[in-house]
Amino acid sequence: MQYQSQAVAKPYFIAAIGLFVGQILFGLIMGYQYVVGDFLFPAIPFNVARMVHTNLLIVWILFGFMGAAYYLIPEETETELFSPKLALLMFWVFLIAGALTIVGYLTVPYATLAKMTGNDILATMGREFLEQPLPTKVGIVIVALAFLFNISMTVLKGRKTSIALVLLLGLWGLAIFFLFSFYNPSNLVLDKYFWWWTVHLWVEGVWELILGAMLAFVLIKITGVDREVIEKWLYIIIAMTLITGIIGTGHHYFWIGTPSYWQWFGSVFSALEPIPFFMMTVFAFNMVNRRRREHPNKAATLWALGTGVMSFLGAGVWGFLHTLAPVNFYTHGTQITAAHGHMAFYGAYVMVNLTMISYAMPMLRGRSANSGPAQVMEMWSFWLMTVSIVFITLFLTAAGILQIWLQRMGTAPLGFMAAQDQIMLFYWMRELAGFVFLLGLVLYVWSFFCKKGEAQTA
Amino acid sequence: MKHRQPDDLSCEGRSRPSFFALNNSILTSNTSTSHEIHATPPGDLAIWFFIFAELLAFGIFFVAYAFARAHNVELFNESQQHLNRASGAINTLVLITSSYFMVRAVAAIKQGFSHECARWIAAAIGMGGIFLVIKLFEFHAKFSAGISLSTNTFYMFYLSLTIFHFMHVILGMVILSAVMLKAKGGGYSVENHTGVETGASYWHMVDLLWIILFPLVYVIH
Repeated sequence: MQYQSQAVAKPYFIAAIGLFVGQILFGLIMGYQYVVGDFLFPAIPFNVARMVHTNLLIVWILFGFMGAAYYLIPEETETELFSPKLALLMFWVFLIAGALTIVGYLTVPYATLAKMTGNDILATMGREFLEQPLPTKVGIVIVALAFLFNISMTVLKGRKTSIALVLLLGLWGLAIFFLFSFYNPSNLVLDKYFWWWTVHLWVEGVWELILGAMLAFVLIKITGVDREVIEKWLYIIIAMTLITGIIGTGHHYFWIGTPSYWQWFGSVFSALEPIPFFMMTVFAFNMVNRRRREHPNKAATLWALGTGVMSFLGAGVWGFLHTLAPVNFYTHGTQITAAHGHMAFYGAYVMVNLTMISYAMPMLRGRSANSGPAQVMEMWSFWLMTVSIVFITLFLTAAGILQIWLQRMGTAPLGFMAAQDQIMLFYWMRELAGFVFLLGLVLYVWSFFCKKGEAQTA
Repeated sequence: MKHRQPDDLSCEGRSRPSFFALNNSILTSNTSTSHEIHATPPGDLAIWFFIFAELLAFGIFFVAYAFARAHNVELFNESQQHLNRASGAINTLVLITSSYFMVRAVAAIKQGFSHECARWIAAAIGMGGIFLVIKLFEFHAKFSAGISLSTNTFYMFYLSLTIFHFMHVILGMVILSAVMLKAKGGGYSVENHTGVETGASYWHMVDLLWIILFPLVYVIH
C-alpha cells in the first residue's frame, strides 16, 4: 500500500464480501422455492427473496466499486485521498441504510413498507431492481455525491491518468443514470422506457467503463506492461462499449409499446455489444502473455483472466443469444434471460470486484501477496464458483429452451405453470449447482483466514 | 519523395512500445521486402479498430436494408422515387473532392510542408461543411413533408442510415480540426505525421460509407 488513505477501501471490500454471502444465501432460498413453492412461506415469500437477492447483488457490487475507487485513485493520482474521514463516514451511512432496507423488506409487507417510507409523496417503489424505499434512494444519492466529490477532488489535485478519468466518467455516469429511478411516469410504456436508462445504461454502459478501468489498473500492476499500451486498449474498449451499448438500449424496446424502428436499432447495435467484451478477453490474455514481471499474486492474475473470459461468455455470447428481435420475440422474459443474467453479472461485475479485492486485500493487510496455501485455496474457490455458474447458466438455458418450446411454440402451447412443471428437473440441477457455488464462496472467505505458509512481503 | 524505411513502420514512426504483438509479427515478415508496401496500415493502428467496427456496424445495417427490401420491393421502389437524387449526387462529388484534399494534405506533410498540409485539411473540412448543409436542406424537406422514422420501413432505413452517416461526418470534421490545429502549430514533420494519416484514414472511411450508401439507398431499384 503506497498511500495511507487507501486503507479506507478495506471496510468497503469486507462489507462487499459479507453482502455477497447474503446474496447467495437468498439465491439458494429462491432456487429451492422454484421447486418447493411454499418453502419458508409466509415468512419469506418468493418475491421478497428475489428482491433481497438482486438488491444485495447491486449493493455489494457498489460497495466493491467504491472500495476499488478508494484503493485505485490515490495510487493512480499519486496523492492521498481528499478526505478519508468522509469516505469512512459514507461507508457507515451506506451500510446502515442498506441493512435497514433489507430488514424492512424482510419484516414488513412491501405495501406497508411503501406507506411507512413516504411512497405516496413520490412514488418510486415497486419496480424491479429499483424497489428501494424513497429514503434509501435519497441515501444512495447522498452517498454517491459525497463519494464522487471525494474522488473527483482527489483526481483534481493529483496526476490525471486515463484509468482515473475513465473510472471517474463511469462513476459519474452511474450516479447520473440512477436519478432516473426517481422518474416514474404513470404511462407504463414511458415508465419502462426510462427504467432501462438506469438498468441498461448501468450494466451495459457506464459500469463497463468502471470494469475496464479496474481491470486495466490490476493488469498494469500484475504484468508491468507499459501504461501507454494498456491505456490505448482501454480507450478502444470503452469507445466500442459506448458506440454499441448506448443505442443497444433498443434491445429492451422491442415489445413494450415503443416505435418499431427500435427492433432494427436494438438488434443491430446490441449484436455488436459482444465486441468490447471480446476485446476485453484478448486484452487480458495479451497483457498477461507480455508480462514483464512475475507478480507473486497468482490468484489475482487468475481472476483477471477469468473476468475477461466469463464476461465475454456471459454478457457477450449469452446476451447475443437472445438479442435479435426475431429471436427475442420467443425468448423474451423466459429462463434464457435468467441464464444470461446470472453469467453476465458473475462474469463481469462479480469477477472484476473479486479481481480487485484479490489484488488489493493482501496489500491492505501489509503484504504483496497471500501465502501459497491461501492462494491455492482462493484458486479452488475461483474454479468452484466459476464452474458452478457455468452449470447454473447451462441448466437455466436448457430450462429456457424447453420453456419456449412448450409455452410459446407449437400448435397447442401450454400455460405458464404447466410449462414450469415440465422443467422442474433443470431447476433441481440448478439448485445443486448453487450449493457448489456456496461451497466455493465459503472457501473464498476461508482463504482470507488461512494461516498456513508464509505471506510474501512487499 | 521519401520512402518509409522499415524502422518508421511502428505506430508513431519512432521507437515506442508497439501496440500489439500481432503488429510485430507482421512487421518482421514484411520489412525486408519493399519500399512501398506498408507493413501496417497508415496512421495509428487504433483508428483501424474503429474503422473496422464502424464498417461492421454500417455493413450490418446495409445487409439488413437488403433483407428488408427483398421482402418489400414495391414499397422501397415507390418511396425511393421521393428522394432527392440530385443532392445525393452532388454530395457524393463533394465528399470525394474532400477526400482528395486529404490526400494532398498527407502528401504535403510527407514533404514537410506543415502550413500547406493545414490548408488542405481546412479545405477538406470545408467540403465536409458543404455536405452537411446540403444534407440539412434534404432533411428539412423530408421532415416538412411529415416523414419520420415511423413512416415506413424504407424511410426508417433512409433516415437512420443518413443520420448516422451525418453524425460520422461531424465526428470526422472534429478529428480533422484537431489534426489541422496541430499541423498549423508545426506538430507534424516528415518523420512523424501519423496523426495526419490517422485523420485521413477515418475521413476516407466516412467518404467510403457514403459511396456505398448513396447508390444503395438513393439509386438502385
